[in-house]
Amino acid sequence: MIETDILIIGAGPVGLFTVFEAGLLKLKCHLIDSLPQIGGQCSEIYPKKPIYDIPAYPSILAGDLSDKLMEQIAPFKPTFTLGETAVSIEETDDNQFIVTTNKGTKHKAPNIAIAGGLGVFTPRKPPIPTIKQYEDKGIDYIIKDPEKFRDKKVVISGGGDSALDWAIFLAEGVAKEVTLVHRSKRFRGHLDSVQKIMDMASEGKVKLMTDSEVFELEGASNLETINVKTKDEENTTINVDYWLPLFGLTPKLGPIAKWGLEIEKNAIKVDTFDYSTNREGIYAIGDVNIYPGKLKLILCGFHEATLMVQSAFKRVHPDKNNVLKYTTVNGINGFD
Amino acid sequence: MENIITVTVIDREGVEHKLEAPTDMNMNMMELCKSYELPVKGTCGGMAMCASCQMYIENDKVTLERNDDEQLMLDEAWNVEDNSRLGCQIHLSNDMDGLVVRLAPEVDDEDDW
Repeated sequence: MIETDILIIGAGPVGLFTVFEAGLLKLKCHLIDSLPQIGGQCSEIYPKKPIYDIPAYPSILAGDLSDKLMEQIAPFKPTFTLGETAVSIEETDDNQFIVTTNKGTKHKAPNIAIAGGLGVFTPRKPPIPTIKQYEDKGIDYIIKDPEKFRDKKVVISGGGDSALDWAIFLAEGVAKEVTLVHRSKRFRGHLDSVQKIMDMASEGKVKLMTDSEVFELEGASNLETINVKTKDEENTTINVDYWLPLFGLTPKLGPIAKWGLEIEKNAIKVDTFDYSTNREGIYAIGDVNIYPGKLKLILCGFHEATLMVQSAFKRVHPDKNNVLKYTTVNGINGFD
Repeated sequence: MENIITVTVIDREGVEHKLEAPTDMNMNMMELCKSYELPVKGTCGGMAMCASCQMYIENDKVTLERNDDEQLMLDEAWNVEDNSRLGCQIHLSNDMDGLVVRLAPEVDDEDDW
């Protein structure tokens, strides 16, 4: 059991900054995120996009903002459960919460800060009616262990970096056969990856099918064949061991929608006094919350986090009065 | 009225919404739909990086030509038709008065938990 003072769900910018403000009050934080890396949307959707409304940064790349926040919170030694989704929450007799992830990791804390952004990033699935019956029986949306595909026949769909990078990786001596199917002739991924895949295709290492789309799946129990339609050509049937539709991730509110919290417009209702939800000890900050006048800005999330930790402090130390201390006076007293 | 146009958005249930749209506020169709609380997610905020604001253009009030980023994103989206565009890439202007669009189906909204 991982124990902490504030359990933060979501390691995007607002979740990360919470660690800093909590640290100033000597509260420890642990963060859970369904993505394998920190940064939330900033690292998953737009790491190379500049943000212009972070005070004192006329322009900062979203990925760099995440890195800077990690540097800023390092003295407060945050710990992480990454690549796992917070699924269930229960209250204990001693007024604390136990949050369990989809992999069974348990976390205990008197305060829960939901900084979940737009929700849990989940794979975008092509709308093929039979797709569900082959999930984990030949279809994977996320590659966890590439060794699974050793000496197998693999078809990858998609035109972004994930599809390109995995096609390149698996074609270099892992899979027996790699086919990349994409609906266009052009790819959204990085130019050097696109060049690499073109080179590999001309060398015969990857079979490239452009202007093409997988439209039908067949197999008794496991996926056995896929049917591909290509613009102006006859349909092709390919025998496969695996089909990997890699079309990126999209956020969904996910399991927290069932935590007994008041929800409005797909967001969690909070009191702007301390960003508390209708369940005492559970707070919601950043894009995941809603209140009159709400703006979904990183800037506002930082403010919300700062006020929220004051209230969390009182739950950890009901007998202590807290005084606002300035970092210019006291510096940063990190944790050992 | 000056700098106000009317656009019609047909939602996923087939209901027509006539919206008054300002053309002097640097707004796009995704933002307009959101401002009227129509079910357009606009997950990426308008960077042509998610396709959640895909819409079909139903008349000739706006070009069907897509910009590069938009095209690349639509190449990986579902239910794409010849008249598909991303709402976030349609910037409202006075010559779009009378525009009619239909929201593309939402396919990523099912709950896996």
